[in-house]
Amino acid sequence: MLSHSVVNIAYVVAAVLFILGLKGMAHPRTAVKGNLTGAVGMLIAVLATVLSPEFGLDWIYVLIGIAIGTVIGAVFAVRIAMTSMPELVALFNGFGGAASIVVAAAELVKYFEHGAGAEVNITQMSIATVLAGLIGSVTFFGSYIAFGKLAEFLAVKWKLYPWQRLVKFLAAAVFVAFGAYIAWAYNFSVFSILSLVFLVITALITYAKKAVFPGMQALKLLAAIATVAVGVMMVMQTMGVMTFAANPMDLFWLLVAISALLGVTLTFSIGGADMPVVIALLNSYSGIAAAMTGFVINNTVLIIAGSLVGASGIILTNLMCIAMNRSLTNVLFGAMGSSVQDVDVDEVYKTVKSTSADEIAMMLEMAQKVLIVPGYGMAVSQAQHTVRDLANLLESKWEIEVVYGVHPVAGRMPGHMNVLLAEANVPYDKLLEMDTVNSMMDSIDVAIVIGANDVVNPVARTEGSPISGMPIIDVDKARTVIMIKRSLSPGFAGIPNPLFAAENALMFFNDGKKAFNEIITAVKES
Amino acid sequence: MDLVMLLTVFVLAIFVGFEVITKVPPTLHTPLMSGSNAISGITIVGALLAAGAAAEHSTHLAKTFGMVALVFATINVVGGFLVTHRMLKMFKKK
Repeated sequence: MLSHSVVNIAYVVAAVLFILGLKGMAHPRTAVKGNLTGAVGMLIAVLATVLSPEFGLDWIYVLIGIAIGTVIGAVFAVRIAMTSMPELVALFNGFGGAASIVVAAAELVKYFEHGAGAEVNITQMSIATVLAGLIGSVTFFGSYIAFGKLAEFLAVKWKLYPWQRLVKFLAAAVFVAFGAYIAWAYNFSVFSILSLVFLVITALITYAKKAVFPGMQALKLLAAIATVAVGVMMVMQTMGVMTFAANPMDLFWLLVAISALLGVTLTFSIGGADMPVVIALLNSYSGIAAAMTGFVINNTVLIIAGSLVGASGIILTNLMCIAMNRSLTNVLFGAMGSSVQDVDVDEVYKTVKSTSADEIAMMLEMAQKVLIVPGYGMAVSQAQHTVRDLANLLESKWEIEVVYGVHPVAGRMPGHMNVLLAEANVPYDKLLEMDTVNSMMDSIDVAIVIGANDVVNPVARTEGSPISGMPIIDVDKARTVIMIKRSLSPGFAGIPNPLFAAENALMFFNDGKKAFNEIITAVKES
Repeated sequence: MDLVMLLTVFVLAIFVGFEVITKVPPTLHTPLMSGSNAISGITIVGALLAAGAAAEHSTHLAKTFGMVALVFATINVVGGFLVTHRMLKMFKKK
């Protein structure tokens, strides 16, 4: 058993290791070590906790919890495909939120049944439990929706696979069962029945087939107001200022239930291209929830680690918003595409030229420098390995220099394209940022765009379109642009892309992976 | 520690976070998210204290909540660090 001072020093060491670990993330060379440094910090924090005087040495619950968590975590981490990384990160964010809710609940139960310990500051405790419950719940339920939308079983009209139906059903069943349990455990008090009602509504929303349904905005507003109101009630009750409920715990669960509705409504209507913003935001929330839990249990290492993650998420959220030229409020509350003006699509696409794999191979043979711009379509068709094969072939056969240009919001999460290309063994010094690529665009002979649309749409440079002001990769300034796309269908912004019909642009209508395979064959034969 | 001290730590830590993370290049944004997510699994400390509390200072319900929290937090910690390691190992220079 360690003394209080030693435990606190161990927590400081852990916090320092977290900071150093994140610092290591500044370069791919140091990142592996950085991650391990963070893991060592976590191990120290855990060991210090179980050796601290506060730890009750009642191991049964602890060992069961750790065993289950380790198995599930390890299985997820080892088996997940790189293409499913956005889903996994969404899910993990949610678990962080869930842990915060339940720790706050455990502290409240202990407090209400055993009274305040000598050190408990009741103002801090009441506000912190409310914030941990609220933010934790928004994170957990919001992340479930983000997960479901990324795994494509929420808010879709098409037929689901059996596993998707099962996950969707189980989640909804758990929400309802949780509400029913609260209602039963608190003798069907008014608040506990309200919790059930809110959780049933939440479960029903997950069955909506369209991302935007009538009354969505009103529901968001209602949930936001109710969350604040119940939060204030909860604080007043815990502080003993006013008594609203016979058992204050049913008020806490009502807060969790209403925050659930808030998290679900805020995330549900968000479209695919906005996903990077939402994932980053939920990442931030999970950190802030952990920091709030630190205030609940009076622990600095939780506050420090939580704030680091909170700050990280906020930075990423901000970067994503800048890369789409949209405000966060607009992403969360606005409806994109409402300002789309009528453009005659046939007129825009009058001069579209389509090409073939052989023609592309001929163009590539003449090229000295080739740029590949990947988008979400590359992830969908799992084309990263084929893309790499073509790049290698061009380099070995004709000594062409191939680089990749990655837009910050390409894909479904920050850095999505980079992870996929790294998986395909593309060296990271070939993955260039938007600004770097744009400054060398004059020297690019052929730019191949695979599965990206809005992020290369020159309309962004003009006023009056939904993407006006959004920074884009200027592929239209390359000598030749090849767009690999299945059709002329618009991207997420729902607007036509005049680049398709530009003089230096050629369309290769094909699936991403198939297209690259055909080009590889053509290059080999020429 | 009193509330003001904790708030001081909170505010300063956010600033440290901003300073450190602004330097992370876009190519590592995904591992940054999964790695920082593992760090937000620090709630495991709270979960351990709640689940491992001595019976006379706690209740069965509170300890059960602690165990549930421990499951979630451990998934975050173990899964988060592992998957980040898996990803980072793929980033290679030519």
